Amino acid sequence: MCLAIPGKVAEVFTHEGLHMARVQFGGVTREACLDYVPETQVGDYVLVHVGFAISRVDEEEARRTYEALAELDQLGELEIPELKEPTGSSGGAA
Amino acid sequence: MKYLDEYRDGDIAAKLVERIHKVQTKPWVIMEVCGGQTHSIVKNGIDHLLPKDVELVHGPGCPVCVTPLEMIDKAHAIARRPEVIFCSFGDMLRVPGSDGDLFSIKSLGGDVRVVYSPLDCLKIARANPEKQVVFFAIGFETTAPANAMLAWQAQQMGLKNVSLLVSHVLVPPAIEAILSSPQNRVQGYLGPGHVCAVVGYAEYEPLARRFHVPIVVTGFEPLDILEGVLMTVEQLEQGRAEVENQYSRILARGGNRPAQELIAKVFEVSDRKWRGVGMIPRSGFRLKGEFRELDAETRFSVEAIDTMEPEVCIAGQILQGIKKPHDCPAFGTECTPQHPLGATMVSAEGACAAYYAYGRHLKDADLVTLGK
Repeated sequence: MCLAIPGKVAEVFTHEGLHMARVQFGGVTREACLDYVPETQVGDYVLVHVGFAISRVDEEEARRTYEALAELDQLGELEIPELKEPTGSSGGAA
Repeated sequence: MKYLDEYRDGDIAAKLVERIHKVQTKPWVIMEVCGGQTHSIVKNGIDHLLPKDVELVHGPGCPVCVTPLEMIDKAHAIARRPEVIFCSFGDMLRVPGSDGDLFSIKSLGGDVRVVYSPLDCLKIARANPEKQVVFFAIGFETTAPANAMLAWQAQQMGLKNVSLLVSHVLVPPAIEAILSSPQNRVQGYLGPGHVCAVVGYAEYEPLARRFHVPIVVTGFEPLDILEGVLMTVEQLEQGRAEVENQYSRILARGGNRPAQELIAKVFEVSDRKWRGVGMIPRSGFRLKGEFRELDAETRFSVEAIDTMEPEVCIAGQILQGIKKPHDCPAFGTECTPQHPLGATMVSAEGACAAYYAYGRHLKDADLVTLGK
């Protein structure tokens, strides 16, 4: 679970003081925090681990890494439903 | 096992394998310390492509595996409380404690939720002000920036109903413990790529010098691992013991400075117990100073819990590279991913679970039968 998944930054915004982004992973789009790679811009590729970008990569590297993770069945975390506020009910798939 | 022509870059892989065979003249034992690398090695049969005298052993690089049983029992004790919403990465859900797992607590009515990111806990806490939201903060250095940000934001936002059950571990002290053991067999290391993307690899340099072992920071793709093994074998054959970076397209020596800065604000280094291995001095993180009020162990007064691991389990020796899954009489029989007896079987990234997933528990006779 220490592997980070590459994705493409589709949108950047600020939320509660954090640098955030919408990041596309294959066909799935998730939120990610950009505070650790603050220079990131729309169109950049980033490695994302549990909702945090930890490194920027080029497009070719992103494609290779994504395919390698798919081969290793390591993309499962992208299947966890995204939380929309408010979130009172018991959510999250097993 | 894969054959070389099945690799995406089969001819490059073949060249790397040929180089390793050419360079190697003496027997060497090399350990990888990343669960993702272990998984990739076993899935792609990389160990079977190497000269028989280059042995890969699988280190304690799976954070789910090394989370001690008593910490899992503490998590379960907290998750059973009616006022608690217990949040965890999905990997921890099926890890059995002394009495059931988080999934069974959820099925009995406990509010256990799988989160994608630690920051999800903030949303859950705001939506449920009458509840206590507890996050099971496990992981190596790669996960520490995310977990640190949860603590930081919870404090900045003044959220009184968020806490963390921290069970964070660090790679370099584990390498040091393995190399210091009188039983040590490991002569070279593949360093963990994505861990070093966060913390860099300067910390590995004193280890390489002190124990005279090469450490090659390596990615997890088959070609990365083959190249990492080649660089390690070249160093060993030449009598060198340096830290080299095979994964330079992803990371630099310094790692990610903003991430390191927040980790240092929120966490401090502490002693940690590793499942299967035992206590390793200064091998983990705990919340520091003003963040200690977010410590779930204190908030819920969970006492130390006595646990017993099955005597037959040799996970500790496997995690230190002294034994392999096949050396265990319970492997694949009494102990399976459905009924794991110890650390290396509880997660897909553990050595025993990876060997099992790719059919290495089957005897040759079974394989012949399957072939027919």
